[in-house]
Amino acid sequence: MSRGNSGLINKTLAVYAKDMRLEFRTKYAINAILLFGISTLAVVSFSLGQSGLSPQLLAALFWVVMFFSAMSGLAQVFIREEEAGTSLALKLSADPEPIYFGKLFFNLTLMCIMTFVITPVFFIFTDAPTDNIPVFFVILILGVFCLCAATTLVAAIIARASVKGALFSVMSFPIMLPLLMVLVKGSEKALKNQPITEIATELQFLVSFTVIMIVLSSLLFKFVWQD
Amino acid sequence: MYRIKATKLFKRFRNLKVLKDINFDLTTGDSMAIVGRNGSGKSTLLQVLLSTYTPTKGKVEYFSDEKAMDDSQIRSQIALVSPYLNLYDQLTAEENLKFFSTVSGLNITGKEIEVLFDRVGLGGRGLDYVGGYSSGMKQRLKYAVALLKKPGFLFLDEPTSNLDDQGKEIVFNIIEEFKPLSIVIIATNEKEEYRLVERQLRVD
Repeated sequence: MSRGNSGLINKTLAVYAKDMRLEFRTKYAINAILLFGISTLAVVSFSLGQSGLSPQLLAALFWVVMFFSAMSGLAQVFIREEEAGTSLALKLSADPEPIYFGKLFFNLTLMCIMTFVITPVFFIFTDAPTDNIPVFFVILILGVFCLCAATTLVAAIIARASVKGALFSVMSFPIMLPLLMVLVKGSEKALKNQPITEIATELQFLVSFTVIMIVLSSLLFKFVWQD
Repeated sequence: MYRIKATKLFKRFRNLKVLKDINFDLTTGDSMAIVGRNGSGKSTLLQVLLSTYTPTKGKVEYFSDEKAMDDSQIRSQIALVSPYLNLYDQLTAEENLKFFSTVSGLNITGKEIEVLFDRVGLGGRGLDYVGGYSSGMKQRLKYAVALLKKPGFLFLDEPTSNLDDQGKEIVFNIIEEFKPLSIVIIATNEKEEYRLVERQLRVD
């Protein structure tokens, strides 16, 4: 064995690949996320019918489903390490930065899969307008980044608590509230067929939020992870 | 030349005092056993030394050639084998080794992996999932992971737990091999284990 020069990128990719491999073999988080998302959408759509919900309601419904689906699965990335007793081996081997970024990219992948499945189902079940779909997708992609950026650090914080699931939602809520309000507003405008220039403020907020959360989380993660 | 220095270490969990005024200073070539009755704080002391527990008072310092080491340097030189350290059950033994070598910043070849597996008595079982291993085989794999780094500080908690006679022999050989090259600290109550090292620290 030689001391290699594998830097942050190689180590991050190793953490990411390891988590993806574990997820493909256990399907622990993805099943939780998809089951929650699709069943919630199905229940809501069957209760309300395709009765022409307003864009405001449709946007709120979409992000409520996305938020709670994310809550049901994104914390697993750290909970799994704690419950399996593998976090100690990881702490003693890897620097905190590649662990944080590996887990962040893993959560991002989970969210992308979830979005890929839930979004078409949402449009089918609710008969939401599809005229302005590119603008809706811009909001959606930024929203996915924001959700992951905001929840990955919280997931690390709650992983060692005894009531992890409830605590994850409770701790994430204050961080997510302003984010969800902006996402709902932006999605509503997109569903109302407004041009992208009309949602510039929301887009600026989402980009800033993502950058700030990722920078802050990467700086704070080592204190959360090591203590 | 590595050095570990523990100064006036205290650890308390709420009202329970676990460690009280622990002091020692070891350099490369030194080996020490932490001994004491069950629940006396042997494993807690190891965790404090590894910085996975913060001491209530006191400090642990690591040095390389008399220069203080930062967290990343320490991480690259420490290895732990312990009953509470688990590897990934859903990965194969080889995938575990490759993962831990990459995140530790090491390059490991297929040949080196084979040599390591043979060394710990897992030759030919590298492609099996760790979840299917017996507890003794998992313990052997932990040694393979620990040896990856050629650590300057080797921490062993109950080093021969779950191992058969052949496994114990392998561990004794590893301890003998590492004693002159690194600092070996063992938490144990087994006479045959603490007789292998030079110093004893009682924690009860």
